[in-house]
Amino acid sequence: MTFIAKPKLRHPELQRNKHGFTRRDYEGAVSTLCAGCGHDSISAAIIQACYELELPPHRVAKLSGIGCSSKTPTYFLGNAHGFNSVHGRMPSVLTGANLANRDLIYLGVSGDGDSASIGLGQFAHILRRGVNMVYIVENNGVYGLTKGQFSATADRGSKSKRGVENHSASIDLVMLAIELGATYVARGFSGDKSQLVPLIKGAISHRGAAFIDCISPCIAFNNHSGSTKGFDYVREHNEAVNFLDVMTPRDEITADYAPGSVQEIKQHDGTVLRLRKISEDYDVHDRVAAMHYLQKSKAAGDIVTGVLHVDPESPDLHDTLGTVSAPLNSLGKKELCPGKSAIDKFNAARR
Amino acid sequence: MKPTDIASPDYFHKVVDCQWACPAHTPVPEYIRLIAAGKFDEAYSINWVSNVFPGVLGRTCDRPCEPACRRGRVEEKNAEKPEPVAICRLKRVAADNKTNFERLLPSAPEKTNGKKIACIGAGPSSLTVARDLSLIGYEVVIFDQDKKSAGMIRSQIPRFRLPESVIDEEVGYIEGLGVEIKNGVRIDSLQALLEQDFDAVFVGAGAPRGRDIQIEGRAEAAKHIHIGIDWLSSVSFGHVSKISKRVVVLGGGNTAMDCCRTARRLGGKEVTVVVRSGFDEMKASPWEKEDAIHEGIPILNYRVPKRFLHDKGKLKGVEFEIVEVRYDEKGKRRLVPTEDAPEVIPCDEVLVAIGQENAFPWIESDCGVKFLDSGLPKLNPTTFQSTNKKVFFGGDAAFGPKNIIWAVAHGHEAAISIDRLCSGDSVSDRPSPDVNLISQKMGIHEWTYDNDISNDLRNKVPLVDQKIALKDIKVEVEVGFDFKLAMSEAQRCLNCDVQTVFTAPLCIECDACTDICPMDCITFTENGPEKAVRERLTAKSTNTTQDLYVSSALKTGRVMFKDEDVCLHCGLCAERCPTGAWDMRKFYLQTAKAGAACQNAK
Repeated sequence: MTFIAKPKLRHPELQRNKHGFTRRDYEGAVSTLCAGCGHDSISAAIIQACYELELPPHRVAKLSGIGCSSKTPTYFLGNAHGFNSVHGRMPSVLTGANLANRDLIYLGVSGDGDSASIGLGQFAHILRRGVNMVYIVENNGVYGLTKGQFSATADRGSKSKRGVENHSASIDLVMLAIELGATYVARGFSGDKSQLVPLIKGAISHRGAAFIDCISPCIAFNNHSGSTKGFDYVREHNEAVNFLDVMTPRDEITADYAPGSVQEIKQHDGTVLRLRKISEDYDVHDRVAAMHYLQKSKAAGDIVTGVLHVDPESPDLHDTLGTVSAPLNSLGKKELCPGKSAIDKFNAARR
Repeated sequence: MKPTDIASPDYFHKVVDCQWACPAHTPVPEYIRLIAAGKFDEAYSINWVSNVFPGVLGRTCDRPCEPACRRGRVEEKNAEKPEPVAICRLKRVAADNKTNFERLLPSAPEKTNGKKIACIGAGPSSLTVARDLSLIGYEVVIFDQDKKSAGMIRSQIPRFRLPESVIDEEVGYIEGLGVEIKNGVRIDSLQALLEQDFDAVFVGAGAPRGRDIQIEGRAEAAKHIHIGIDWLSSVSFGHVSKISKRVVVLGGGNTAMDCCRTARRLGGKEVTVVVRSGFDEMKASPWEKEDAIHEGIPILNYRVPKRFLHDKGKLKGVEFEIVEVRYDEKGKRRLVPTEDAPEVIPCDEVLVAIGQENAFPWIESDCGVKFLDSGLPKLNPTTFQSTNKKVFFGGDAAFGPKNIIWAVAHGHEAAISIDRLCSGDSVSDRPSPDVNLISQKMGIHEWTYDNDISNDLRNKVPLVDQKIALKDIKVEVEVGFDFKLAMSEAQRCLNCDVQTVFTAPLCIECDACTDICPMDCITFTENGPEKAVRERLTAKSTNTTQDLYVSSALKTGRVMFKDEDVCLHCGLCAERCPTGAWDMRKFYLQTAKAGAACQNAK
């Protein structure tokens, strides 16, 4: 743990975005996680993504549950809204918040314990409802806060720091998310920000339930030779299917790729996801094929990363509920209590 | 790029910008930390070893360290006016607040080594040679024409900048080592001196001749026209105690600034400084110009003196031609007269401070010391040895007028040369500096130094009320930092000597250091030529005078690059490093001094 606050001085050449903010303005408090924690890299990637997308920090709400991962919202976007909820219950709180104010950008931050064990039910339901949000799981395969027991995402056959083998099957959150109807699904690695930052930017610009499974080595308990979530193992087995460039409407779109090697997906807000294919036969639109591909790769011991599935057209929760376009929390007495004549008219229509 | 060789003393020395820039390579951050810890005796001692005159330099140094200070660069676009740490005035804090430095003062050996050295001139370079050599057993005799020693420190620097007590104290430390100073003895023949039983002679006679101006009226009004350094010297020794009401000072160097401010205190009501070229091109240090202007002295530029106006020898004024800068077809800068009418500045006295010259009329042409066309001696620039192998030069006598800190640096080097000569070693083989690199880790995330970065801006040195200051030449203008200001200023130091040391085999490339670094100094990327690498770094890297710290190849094949330019030395990279690949290690470099360590060096 670091005892001093991060110095306020910053590099003289740091650029400011349209709000007049430098990247440093998107930071939070200094991390109290262990030195070298993958989660801190993910925080840094979120900071970078929000700076690059020029988000106004006060229009972002970050919500989390319990665990190492759920502590991290303190360490980024110090000027955003935050809610640290009960263990595994972040999805309910996020859903409620989103219903009340659909205008904020929702960032749910969770871990493998919070989402794959105690909160697995909540995880499933928020995805199938299509809540407009980014849901990031900082996945290290262990319970770090309780000294490194296997979590539900630890691979069968992988070993704990003390050499004990894990006999239980693992939960693959990416497979679940695709199965449950998430409309943007990706997997990243905390040790590769050049891949992770665009994945987060893509998720933020996506309308609907966006899910990122981010493998994040636990330096203290899960970065050893028997682990399948350590730096060395992930680097050796990382199989990226594509490389994402996120182009916001103000970016000049240039095309300098061989035809067929690039797939462009237009998002609701005009952002274009440009996917440079690395794996020839991988199609992010084809859910069934994607699941098949993921199963095959998993059996072969590969960790598939990149954008795994996108559906830019599907409705979100507010579309299906038919709510008004104004955020519900902005409706006043006039809209909510329209008076006796309006009620009479409504009742008459039901007679 | 090749991995950085941190075993070479120069690499980390360059990172300590202030120490690298100091001609005497004073370990600045170390003494500033000691000041912050209230250890003034120890802070003074570090200075005394390196620069011999901490009290004097803490008031008068030309401060090459300050423009180099990293603090100035990191405050760029962070503070309204980026400014370096007030290194010079912190040195004075150590001198002012020390209580018992004598206990740390080394003493000369009881028995001399039988070698005898003569120094000519008792200025800073000679005194440095004398100190270094007497400490290791040499018998040193200094000859000086003035009745009190310290050379230009005493004769040219006015008392309102430097009280005499400070000079006496610091010359006293050297005399206390058994150095014999023969005051009031003028050496008229080098040959005669060489015929005595000295094993070597050091010439630290300064640049004693002030340059004169030859224009119309000079001879006729001679009574009212004085050479700046001679006049300052007369004031210092009490021969002159007043000046007329209206004074014109010609020249734009530090001597001119001392002249005009002295004149202000001796009765000059309307004192004007006039320079030929532009204000910005003046040789005086910016702070000395500021101090003069602060005392109500106008500085007029682009005026070339044409003649002295007088009435039968009584000076009436100076006539100036007004010029402007033009560039000829070759791009050469020239001062060209304008259409404007000549300007007359009425005055009663003129001080000419347009430069100093060397003069060695007392060195016979047949004594083996050869001279260059410039009038300066022909010297080896590292050993300071002249063409007569027993004769060495230093200070202003070596390469023309510089300043005290350069004279001290010359003195140290000349002392080494003399020691090696007298020991029968090759003078051109120079000893290596004494270097140390030690981890500052105390606990998991605790360091021996205060790594929290202060956001304080540069503190101004409090001044005496101007009404009092201008009345008496002996009243020191600057009061010096008080305790609170000194602590605030000391905390601004970034501890650049506490180095970020990277051990590549320990790195697991987790990015923790890149993420935490407040100045974006660290980048992990592919190797390549320096120019390409600099373009690829996280933060724009334009200051090529600052090195990139390059690691060997890591597991993924990438390389760690650290741009030293604006590193705060806050140690967060090392605190967030899970494997100890980063460590904060204090780099302590002391240049070699004459003595046992410099014998038989290769």
